[in-house]
Amino acid sequence: MNPTIHVVGAGVISSIGNSYDECFKALQNGEHGIRPLTSLDSIYKDILPVGEVNLTNEELAHHVGMDKPVTRTSLLGLYAAKEALHDAGINNFDRLRNGLISATTVGGMDRTEIFFPSYLKDKTSGHLSDVVHHGCGATTEVMARTLGIKHFISTINTACSSSVNAIMYGARLIQHGILDVVVAGGTDALTKFTINGFKSLMILDDDLCRPFDNDRKGLNLGEGAGFVVLVSDKVLKENNLISKAVVFGFANTNDAFHQTASSPEGRGSYDAMEQALNMAKLNPQAIDYINLHGTGTSNNDLSEGTAIKRLFHDKVPRLSSTKSFTGHTLGASGGIEAVFSIMALHHQCVFPNLRFQTPIDGLDIVPQRAFEKLPLTHVMSNSLGFGGNCSSIIFSKNLKR
Amino acid sequence: MVKAFINGMGIISPQQTWGDESFLNAVQDYKSNALTCIEPDYTQWISQQQLRRMSRIIKMGTASAKMALAQASLEKPDGIITGTGFGCLEDTETFLSKITDLHEEALNPTPFMQSTHNTIGSQIALQVQCRGYNQTYTQSAFSLEQSLLDALMVLTENPNQNILTGGVDELTSTSHSIQSRFGKYREDVESTLALLEKPAKGTIAGEGASYFILSGKSTSSSLASVAGVDMYYQLDEAELTERIMFFLKENNLSPDDIDLLLVGKSGDDKNDRHFDYIISSHFAKSSIGAYKHLCGEYAVSSAFAMGLGAAILDKGNIPDGVLLKDEKRFPEKVLIFNSYFQDHHSLILLESCRATKS
Repeated sequence: MNPTIHVVGAGVISSIGNSYDECFKALQNGEHGIRPLTSLDSIYKDILPVGEVNLTNEELAHHVGMDKPVTRTSLLGLYAAKEALHDAGINNFDRLRNGLISATTVGGMDRTEIFFPSYLKDKTSGHLSDVVHHGCGATTEVMARTLGIKHFISTINTACSSSVNAIMYGARLIQHGILDVVVAGGTDALTKFTINGFKSLMILDDDLCRPFDNDRKGLNLGEGAGFVVLVSDKVLKENNLISKAVVFGFANTNDAFHQTASSPEGRGSYDAMEQALNMAKLNPQAIDYINLHGTGTSNNDLSEGTAIKRLFHDKVPRLSSTKSFTGHTLGASGGIEAVFSIMALHHQCVFPNLRFQTPIDGLDIVPQRAFEKLPLTHVMSNSLGFGGNCSSIIFSKNLKR
Repeated sequence: MVKAFINGMGIISPQQTWGDESFLNAVQDYKSNALTCIEPDYTQWISQQQLRRMSRIIKMGTASAKMALAQASLEKPDGIITGTGFGCLEDTETFLSKITDLHEEALNPTPFMQSTHNTIGSQIALQVQCRGYNQTYTQSAFSLEQSLLDALMVLTENPNQNILTGGVDELTSTSHSIQSRFGKYREDVESTLALLEKPAKGTIAGEGASYFILSGKSTSSSLASVAGVDMYYQLDEAELTERIMFFLKENNLSPDDIDLLLVGKSGDDKNDRHFDYIISSHFAKSSIGAYKHLCGEYAVSSAFAMGLGAAILDKGNIPDGVLLKDEKRFPEKVLIFNSYFQDHHSLILLESCRATKS
């Protein structure tokens, strides 16, 4: 057990770009994608800053070759998964035991919330085609059918930590010899449901978010998708694939503190980072860069920062929250940030944490302020969610152990 | 992979499946196409203060989890894995309705906070202070099966652990009214127990919460073991038959070795068609039982079937009202073969652990 898992493909779409290369350019140039909401019929339209993908549903559908209307969540997922598969370039994909493991928190909510007002007025009203893909699982099934993956499909919803859990599950299914190749990641579209949910919790910043800053006011929501293609060492060699990175360690824990708030000491987050390091057989000092969960809320950043301080002490690695570029893409964030972590290894660089000015009182953590080229071997990505769900994953350069 | 022992279970269903009476002591007949659970007095499991904030799915999930822990004499598990097809529908509907009614202003965040699918597993973690592995699968009628597969992998990695694994889904009036518009349910149901007598268009809706303590180690309270699980998406009858035979072969079994085949017949003629063929062509020697006339059709009905199968293997007898065909075989090996609206098919293999019980 525990054979090496390689990442052989990566695909991403977010408010900062419609491809791996576009996103990299934006990260390199410090160009964020957070602008007033345009797409939803909401009281927050033209006002609330969000990270929207700049393609309409029609444009997305055209790009992924869908002729039937489906949910935006499926379209974003398909867009990124297709890029990841294209990048992987596995010729005999159909003959391998393939699987799709996708994470989403809203599923088909973007369409359900079109259906629901009519339904509330009259229970025989509203188009059924708007709710047929409501379930999170239906999002994945639409994707799987389009991608031609029938062997194994799974959907995970552990709130904002979902897609790291999808990548972990994919890696373990390969390690246990159940699958040969897995497309894993997550997708979430912006919805009125989530905008109003976070608004009601009073954790949205009305301006641009400032993760890990002492004067942070909350998060900006975003949308997008990020997927990776995972294979075993054996499949890598047999198919002459190129390893972009290896999945070196991961862990999933629970904070068990409160339904939506993290414990002050970040005990769940600490456990996840520590257990991921243990699995990778690495000391904390081996981590060269942490892609933070870093939402920009008062509670998250203090809790995550405290956990990092407790684990890394005065040797905190370079770190940044790329949510300062994309906004918080919820169930997609772990997938998008996994791709960004692989990008950091690929281009040997770290990304800035935009708009940072003052360290959080008592923490003294200063995130990366500028794009910088430097040698990296191990990158950690954190994802934390409602319900106390905490996950950390370590991607590493393809070194022989 | 290891076999997982079921060292405790808690089943809340439209039948009497919890408490001191034996499982399915007397089956309940309904004149309805919507079966909801016979719920316990929750105050024995959850404090009044916590109960006030909880939706029904959270109450059912938490109570069934605590029943499973109690039966296994455990304070808390090492990890929690939950399968749910649709998650917390009641809270989702409440928040959606309020967005419309209040025009997005002055919304109470509680239903939103509790609307994500992982709320079930998270609330259990919070209540029993379990800081270990916590995962939620939501893949229609594969949700419980994914959870079992994950649990088997966790226990292969570490057999000493106790993993709380289960399936939970709630039926709400809104989901029932919307699903009815898709023509999924029969109208004018006179007797749910007679559901499978005459195949027709449509089935009956159900719900339930079922949690199991799974471990690589048996105990004196072990009920049965889970020997394997598999899932098949959108396969035709021939492909499905082939995959089932392959699954049995992988487990060193032939169809004749299955003492009891529990089939997920739902009464819907389209859904049930393949069962008759596969039963007559391959399982002629096995006793055949069913469960959806007892629990209704829902995404994690196989979790109810797993509870039923475990109870049968534990007691060594099959409750009245389950058998469709009796080959008078003593239950040692039970295969659950579920199908959900034609697209999702799954197998769960359960074995008696009377011989290996420690």
